[in-house]
Amino acid sequence: MALLETHGLTAFYGDFQALFGVDLVLNEGETVAVIGANGAGKSTLLRSISGLLRNAPGHIRYDNAEIGALSAPDVVRLGIAMVPEGRKLFPSLSVEENLLIGKYGRSVSGTWTLDAIYDLFPVLKERRSSPGTALSGGQQQMVAIGRALMSNPRVLLCDEISLGLAPVVVKDIYAAFPRIRATGASIVIIEQDIGQALKVADRFYCMMEGRVTLSGTPGTVSREDIHAAYFGAHKP
Amino acid sequence: MNWADTIIQGVLLGGLYALFAAGLSLVFGIMRLVNLAHGDLIVLAAFLILLLVSTLGLNPFVAAAVALPVMFAIGWVLQYVVLNRTLGDDILPPLLVTFGLSVVIQNGLLEGFSADSRRISAGSLETASIQVGPISIGTMPLLTFLSAVAVIVALNLVFYRTSLGRAFRATSDDSSTAGLMGIRSERIFATATGIAMMVVTIASLYLGTRANFDPTQGPARLIYAFEAVIIGGLGSFWGTLAGGIIMGVAQTVGAAINPEWQILAGHIAFLLVLLVRPRGLFPRAVD
Repeated sequence: MALLETHGLTAFYGDFQALFGVDLVLNEGETVAVIGANGAGKSTLLRSISGLLRNAPGHIRYDNAEIGALSAPDVVRLGIAMVPEGRKLFPSLSVEENLLIGKYGRSVSGTWTLDAIYDLFPVLKERRSSPGTALSGGQQQMVAIGRALMSNPRVLLCDEISLGLAPVVVKDIYAAFPRIRATGASIVIIEQDIGQALKVADRFYCMMEGRVTLSGTPGTVSREDIHAAYFGAHKP
Repeated sequence: MNWADTIIQGVLLGGLYALFAAGLSLVFGIMRLVNLAHGDLIVLAAFLILLLVSTLGLNPFVAAAVALPVMFAIGWVLQYVVLNRTLGDDILPPLLVTFGLSVVIQNGLLEGFSADSRRISAGSLETASIQVGPISIGTMPLLTFLSAVAVIVALNLVFYRTSLGRAFRATSDDSSTAGLMGIRSERIFATATGIAMMVVTIASLYLGTRANFDPTQGPARLIYAFEAVIIGGLGSFWGTLAGGIIMGVAQTVGAAINPEWQILAGHIAFLLVLLVRPRGLFPRAVD
């Protein structure tokens, strides 16, 4: 039974069409990677699900409800939290305040409390009083993930976690994902960096020019097929 | 001229200007909205208190307490229904709409209360004073100043110590990402304007008991409020208090030299600060 599902999802920026009928399924407890080159429409897909881009109601289904037309605050209140591209920490807020604001105006119960986040990313506890934007890129990404987890989401959407980070830092951050999964959260990971994403994903979708060009299970699909779906041409 | 007395009276007057300015500072700090009707809303609140005092026979302080939630509601609805629609990348619509609102409020008050100048009577408090050595400090000016400090402390507590304050700052930083946190920015803005209208009510209590007021006085209050905010630096509440005090001291000193110079001295102080520190004395670091 799909927890989150898009069918025939389209999206537009003015006259420019960014998505041409994307079908994606996320089952309960599953981690799905969406890979693709810059401009493939991956972020647009996440922005549509999270409500940052409004959509026709019928194209996105979550927990047996049509959520395509909902606003971002309504979507996160239903249990879909997003780690936005570029981390987007609030510069006026300290690390701890950035985390606390993840559950603004709601009393959510669940695994993820401030202490649990500090346990997952111990370095944040030392920097809890610093302005969020005074941290290194990797630490900021940890805050952004923690902030989304604070709402104890059923679905966690991660937009380009590895963007602009050193490979060793990316590895550290992805090391936290098994513990996030263990709490039962379903996860969508968007990445250009195929390696890390496919390592933690149960299934993947590859996008190109606003369409899904390939989907499958990591390990059962050859590198050549992924390259073809990713770049649109077979390498010689 | 007794310098100590002049300065002290100026500081106390500055409390009134800080009260005028604090609401403006709050609203601008959160949503970059310049409310040109701010002064008229102060006068509106003064008439509301006057109405409560004259029809129900309430003590002005009790009347102000009754007016607080009413003005909060007016501010909330005004922001949610009208002003939210004007916010966007273009800075012109909010200016035009609040300018229009200013005209509407002034004429509405003229229609309802006539052009007569009015005053809220605070009874014996009006003339009460405390003698400190050779200087006599009026009880009402002192209450005004203490209220201003209390308002600034309260706004700082809300802004930096509460969940609502975090939402204020987050929405001010990036309202679209704040939406991803479940923050409905249109309600946050409405709440901010509601709180600003509560500050306006406190300001209007002292405006109305201190001197006569009439429906056309709003724009002049707006100018003082603006100057206090700019002197202090946009987005800093303590800066707004400092800005109010500088305005008050400049006006009192100007008046002591020559009564004709009172208003002018305030404006000159504003221009001097602008010349030396174009971003104000205590601009918020993040902007």
